[in-house]
Amino acid sequence: MTSPLDVASAPGGVGDSPLRPDGTLKVVGEFAYASDLWMDGMLWGATLRSPHPRALIRSIDVGPALAMPGVRAVLTHEDVPGRALFGLDHPADQPVLAIDQVRYQGEPVALVAADHPEAARRALAKIVVDYDVREPITDSRAVIADPEGLKVQELGGITRYQPVRVGDVAAARAGAEVVVTRDYEVGIQDQAFLGPEAGLAIPSEDGGVDLHVSTQWLHNDLRQIAPCLGLAEDQVHMTLAGVGGAFGGREDLSMQIHAAMLALRTGRPVKMSYDRHESFFGHVHRHPARMRYEYGATADGRLLYADVEIVLDGGAYTSSTRNVVGNAASLGVGPYEIPNIRIDAYGVYTNNPPCGAMRGFGAVQACFAYESMMDELGAACGIGPVEIRRRNAVSQGSRLATGQIIESPAPLADMLTRLDAMPLPPPLDPSDLRNLPGGVSQTTRGEGVARGVGYGVGIKNICFSEGFDDYSTARVRLEVIGGEATALVHTAAAEVGQGLVTIQAQIARTELGVQKVTIAPADDRVGDAGSSSASRQSYMSGGAVKAACEAVRAELLALAARRLARGGHDRDDLTVLGGKIVSRADGVLGAVEDVLRDDVIERTREYRHRPTVPMDPVTGQGRSHTQLALCVHRAVVDVDVELGLVKVVELAAVQDVGKIINRTGVEGQIHGGSAQGLGLALMEEIIVVDGQVQNPSFTDYLIPTILDMPPMRLDILEHPDPEAPYGLRGAGEPPTLSSTPAIVAAVRDATGLALARVPVRPEHIVRGGVTWTTL
Amino acid sequence: MDFLRPATWQDALAVKAERPDALPVQGGTDVMVEINFDRRRPAALLDLTGVRALADWDPADGRLRVGAGVPYARLITELGRSLPGLAQASRTVGSPQIRNRGTVGGNLGAASPAGDGHPPLLAGDAVVEAESAARGVRMIPVAEFFTGVKRTALAPDELIRAFWAAPASGPQYFSKIGTRNAMVIAVCSFAVALHPRERRVGTGLGSAAPTPRRAPAAEAFIAHELDWDGRGPLSEAAARRFGELVAEAASPIDDVRGTGDYRRRALSVMARRTLTWAWNDHRAGSTGSVGSLGREAS
Repeated sequence: MTSPLDVASAPGGVGDSPLRPDGTLKVVGEFAYASDLWMDGMLWGATLRSPHPRALIRSIDVGPALAMPGVRAVLTHEDVPGRALFGLDHPADQPVLAIDQVRYQGEPVALVAADHPEAARRALAKIVVDYDVREPITDSRAVIADPEGLKVQELGGITRYQPVRVGDVAAARAGAEVVVTRDYEVGIQDQAFLGPEAGLAIPSEDGGVDLHVSTQWLHNDLRQIAPCLGLAEDQVHMTLAGVGGAFGGREDLSMQIHAAMLALRTGRPVKMSYDRHESFFGHVHRHPARMRYEYGATADGRLLYADVEIVLDGGAYTSSTRNVVGNAASLGVGPYEIPNIRIDAYGVYTNNPPCGAMRGFGAVQACFAYESMMDELGAACGIGPVEIRRRNAVSQGSRLATGQIIESPAPLADMLTRLDAMPLPPPLDPSDLRNLPGGVSQTTRGEGVARGVGYGVGIKNICFSEGFDDYSTARVRLEVIGGEATALVHTAAAEVGQGLVTIQAQIARTELGVQKVTIAPADDRVGDAGSSSASRQSYMSGGAVKAACEAVRAELLALAARRLARGGHDRDDLTVLGGKIVSRADGVLGAVEDVLRDDVIERTREYRHRPTVPMDPVTGQGRSHTQLALCVHRAVVDVDVELGLVKVVELAAVQDVGKIINRTGVEGQIHGGSAQGLGLALMEEIIVVDGQVQNPSFTDYLIPTILDMPPMRLDILEHPDPEAPYGLRGAGEPPTLSSTPAIVAAVRDATGLALARVPVRPEHIVRGGVTWTTL
Repeated sequence: MDFLRPATWQDALAVKAERPDALPVQGGTDVMVEINFDRRRPAALLDLTGVRALADWDPADGRLRVGAGVPYARLITELGRSLPGLAQASRTVGSPQIRNRGTVGGNLGAASPAGDGHPPLLAGDAVVEAESAARGVRMIPVAEFFTGVKRTALAPDELIRAFWAAPASGPQYFSKIGTRNAMVIAVCSFAVALHPRERRVGTGLGSAAPTPRRAPAAEAFIAHELDWDGRGPLSEAAARRFGELVAEAASPIDDVRGTGDYRRRALSVMARRTLTWAWNDHRAGSTGSVGSLGREAS
């Protein structure tokens, strides 16, 4: 069958970098985010949250709040119309509103709807909750030691224990010439999306509710929301509102059920919009990790065994912890060939802040540890960081720790060689303060500044793993509007800022040969698209749009064969290109518009990737992932060793994306992912003491600015994956993995310190880099 | 909440006398954040942006009188040569948008121990001009202005009209620690000003104690140590001792932004380095520079 890839791509098609339709609006401040939603007569909802990480609730008195002027409803768990619990995983374990006890600081306890947001906030202060405060459970390792005694909720204890067993570690240890051992810690990183949780719930005529929300997965929201509201799924109508970033933080529900409850109770539209402070309590964060690694190798640096323990603290509810543990276990030693492996990965429940999905999803924490180990091993063997990695690197045909064979290209050694060959940045030019650690804060003119170089490698699974029925749906409609052939693409896939709507249109242009493409608003009137996470939407919704377009094109060409036949063209001889029906034999036959006339061609297609299997519960073996993606980073830093301040001078990256669908978009993903990894390396941490968050603001939770994020040197490779649409490989997450260890390695290189914890704080560098824990 | 917006300074003083509970607001970069997050609920806001005279600065009696409403951005562009320490500190405040709105008057009024404007005002011997309708003008040396965490010597009916400072007669430097390279609140900060005519060195410490403060022992030590006549080099030992004395003047806390130990150590490093830069400038016959920003320098 004819493939449009045989021919030059259409302008604005696959491989081009057309402007994002939402780009200009966002830059000039006119894009409508969920927090901008407005309806006449709407009420404002607000949430009363627990100030305690662990307490019993003796009583709740809503009377004084209800008596306030302008207050229309005050709701507690007793007012939940349907199921009391929701959650991403099964069984659902998170109360819609706290029932008799609270298990984390910020857990929702009661709701208010009022005429004005200020009235709603005042009313919250009038709700009287009598707490019996208990000692919070906050030590993740203590929970593993005593899972029955330290239960924060019925499920436990330990959320998931996933071992991986390969070969014979004890025998390998006996034969190892070099052994390195180290403990590592990763602090709690926040997604820090700029558009806080917000949405609007409108009572609908069928007794249900219309929900306009910023989320990552409309259908999964729907499946959790409807039962809690006591409604059928077809009574809850989901539309995506403008999303201001997600990074995993919008996979779990936030205000969706709450706003709908208030709307159904009052019969009025209800808007909820968190402020920055509340947002820190309104979504899950990246799991903090405590890790213990032991590697053994031959004297020339060939890995013989890995003995690893990874403990991830998920907080009080399950969320996505089980899958995060699966990733940490299956990717726990990274893209290296190791014949003997023992990994014990745990997720545990505590009263610390709830943790779940964040860009990199379990692979980030392990990557910091295994990459630090590669540097330790290299140092112990007297081998440089690039060579020690190259010597142990996987390639196509290698086995991962799970026994899964890497079936598509994985040119890690070549990527490292390319990275190593990139020119290094020039030496420090102290004539401009902005080049120096501390920037315009003017802490040095070059005194105490040392340069360091470090490397990092990361491997990330793309799409959902472990047997999940992962699919996406697309509806594509082709018709003539105003004399021009126009394609409509409709999916429920969430544009979260990653550029999905742009590439959906590119795919339609390439596949249908038309210029004009409209992207319908994402809603639940089309089938499930799955989540905008796991770097999967280009692959999955891209694949669904491609499949639907192919079906439409087939019908169009069949129509063309009939309507343009000047001698009975064979359908296989035809293709569509630049708005024209083209015969290989006879050239241009006519315009798409001439073929379509008043007809409408519409097709809906579901797209699935190859099935995966769960990891074996005892050995961790199994083909649990669909696609694997690699990124490698080199970081160059200048460190003020007397003050502990760091300036990242340059980040260089080599990433294999299979096929560049949109170069600007891919570069943006690598830049953004690297910046988020830089944040984890040097500054981003939710600091928790006794279950209480110490820094829920952008004053004290610092994310990198443009003066922290250096210019990047990119080398983007295209080794196609034959299983994936266009050969593409998901690109959003891998750079988030490898930038963190590369930067920390560079700081180690500059200071000679061990630095076993991220983020590295100035006092770690000044004090000598001892492990410093807040947990 | 009442919103009061006088058009003249006299009206503002009258309003403040009548409503001592009114919170003055200028650029709003501090007050509006507090209100938006519901951390502060003043009975009234006294908006001073209508009082045009506050946005002026003038030379007077050999000194500069800088109105409380002059934003950081103008301190950098218009007063960078005469008040270099304050201009350097201003440059570290927030983002360009914040520097367009925020003012030293507001910084003084908020009296945060972390306020970036305070250390250079201390090092430069600035004086706050406060005024009330009942008692008229009162001149308060900055060193006496801060009375506690976010507390000042202002009476309830007083407003800040301006601050007074002599144009730099020697090099001045400001240095600040943040855990990122821009838009960061001070973990700790330090300002130094050489006063060669008086053979004296001024200091100011930020985020190092409940209030911004000077380091008198360090000032006394180094004034004696420096070779004012011969402009001889600063010994490494003297610079280190100066740093130690500055660190000893601090009584920092452990908090989410940094530990007390780190703050002390960082203060000693910043003091040593900034003094060295200042003295080397002085030896070279220069009154210092605002620090190079490359192409953006102006």
